[in-house]
Amino acid sequence: MLRYALKRLISLMISLAVASVVIFAVIEVAPGDPASFMLGVNAQEDTLAALRAELGLDGSKIQRYFSWVGGMLMGDFGTSYTYRTPVSQMIADRLWVSLPLALYALTLSTLIAFPAGIYAAARRGKPGDLTVMGATQLGIAVPNFWFAMMLVLIFAINLRWFNAGGFAGWDTGFWTGLHSLTLPAIALALPQAAILARVMRSSLLDILGEDFMRTARAKGLTRRQALWRHGVRNALIPVLTIIGLQFSFLLAGSIIIEQVFYLPGLGRLVFQAISARDLIVVESVVMLLVFAVITVNFLVDLAYAAVDPRLRSRT
Amino acid sequence: MSRNLILGAALSSLVVLAALVSFVWTPYDYAALNIPDKLQPPNAQHWFGTDHFGRDMFSMIMVGARTSIAVALVAVGIGMALGVPLGLAAAARKGSWLDEVIMRGNDLVFAFPSLVIAILITAVFGAGAINAIIAIGIFNIPVFARITRGAALSLWEREFILAARVSGKGAARISAEHILPNVANLLIVQGTIQFSLGILAEAGLSYVGLGAQPPTPSWGRMLADAQTMVSFAPHLALIPGLAIIVTVLGLNLLGDGLRDWLDPRIRVARA
Repeated sequence: MLRYALKRLISLMISLAVASVVIFAVIEVAPGDPASFMLGVNAQEDTLAALRAELGLDGSKIQRYFSWVGGMLMGDFGTSYTYRTPVSQMIADRLWVSLPLALYALTLSTLIAFPAGIYAAARRGKPGDLTVMGATQLGIAVPNFWFAMMLVLIFAINLRWFNAGGFAGWDTGFWTGLHSLTLPAIALALPQAAILARVMRSSLLDILGEDFMRTARAKGLTRRQALWRHGVRNALIPVLTIIGLQFSFLLAGSIIIEQVFYLPGLGRLVFQAISARDLIVVESVVMLLVFAVITVNFLVDLAYAAVDPRLRSRT
Repeated sequence: MSRNLILGAALSSLVVLAALVSFVWTPYDYAALNIPDKLQPPNAQHWFGTDHFGRDMFSMIMVGARTSIAVALVAVGIGMALGVPLGLAAAARKGSWLDEVIMRGNDLVFAFPSLVIAILITAVFGAGAINAIIAIGIFNIPVFARITRGAALSLWEREFILAARVSGKGAARISAEHILPNVANLLIVQGTIQFSLGILAEAGLSYVGLGAQPPTPSWGRMLADAQTMVSFAPHLALIPGLAIIVTVLGLNLLGDGLRDWLDPRIRVARA
């Protein structure tokens, strides 16, 4: 197990290193000098040079790459060109919206998908199963930002149960904050729930065909008891993998949903940074998202190998 | 043939037909402004109503289908054109450094959600349909590489491949002549699914302003325009959304149906 973990850790490191080089290289070729963008066309040459030095733009490419990566390892993501505040501070502020939103959506999607998937598997081929499967087909086809607009139309504009957008902030109280994240979380959760329900159903159907399920029934358990005690538990393993993967998708997916609801999260930060050509912010946020995806996948792999020893020999 | 296949094919062809017809005919000029008729709900003259500039929504949806299909199709094309040869090469040289580099490279692309790639590309090169295609296309490469490699690996163990090797054919020729035709079905099914994901991705990118730029109509763009008017003109948001849903649903059903239809084992198992 240790050998496997070490091997995966090394490959994680390599992935992160390559990703950082790719991101840095892509941002490097971006046209336009941030210093002249900030100071305008009439700026004096010496003012420009001073600002470049202040922003750390005067070194060689290799120097700047290592100072960027080195800084990030120490928690220093650089200084925003436009706001002149540390990027790590901006990211930390925005994470308080994006992270709870992703977690909220993940919880909702699990709460919807588990019962739906189990119900469908238990009634395989019957009308209940077909209804659930039809609903999941639809759920996968619905773009989440469009669903978000419909939620706003129904629950914010017509029923007035929620605000149409904006975030009250956590300092107004936990429930107020949660309330303003509810519609975005539902919009984000729906397509994920549809996928998860399908995975849950097919995973459970695989298990239901196993010999130990027949044994469970033979020793006198009812269908329901066998399903819950032996079926659902075993079916959960692949489902947990998908949940792990979904978390990173939710983090990235919230970028668009934040636009619909005007939420001050990472997504809006990125879009504002793009239009202001504040590339250090774009660079660091993208790196952070990629880091999250790679790390979550790594942890899922590891958890999976801990549960199922057969996987350790595979690479 | 299953119901899925028929329904999926019908919905998909409807959308493709609308896109093709839009080249020669639309009820109105999709770009013609007609302010006096603005924000009409669906009626006999304007089947899908009009937008805030009085443009005919039905015509815009037809032309928008063109944008969606073009972006998704080219993106799938990029993914297949690069991913399939990579997957074939990785399988032919299983366990070699080439295989290792290809598969680790794929892992890396997977680590960038397509939206993040799109953001990176547009941050640098600017927003537009071409950059959206590239962003979605890059994400398709590992999908096709992985599925081709997986299927090809098991084929390499089969007797008919051994026979081809004994007869003196090289790895490249075997891959092209024997492996590729045998993974084609799988690629068609995956292509359909990636096509539908591409439609969704294009809509999302256009919605946040990173995709096709005005005046090119696109469904995502129409939804973005509709957002501030949804309270008094809900049809502006409903109609492009339904167009996306019909297209994606159609393609997904088509993919599912094709998978069952092309795989005789499933057909037997179901019967």
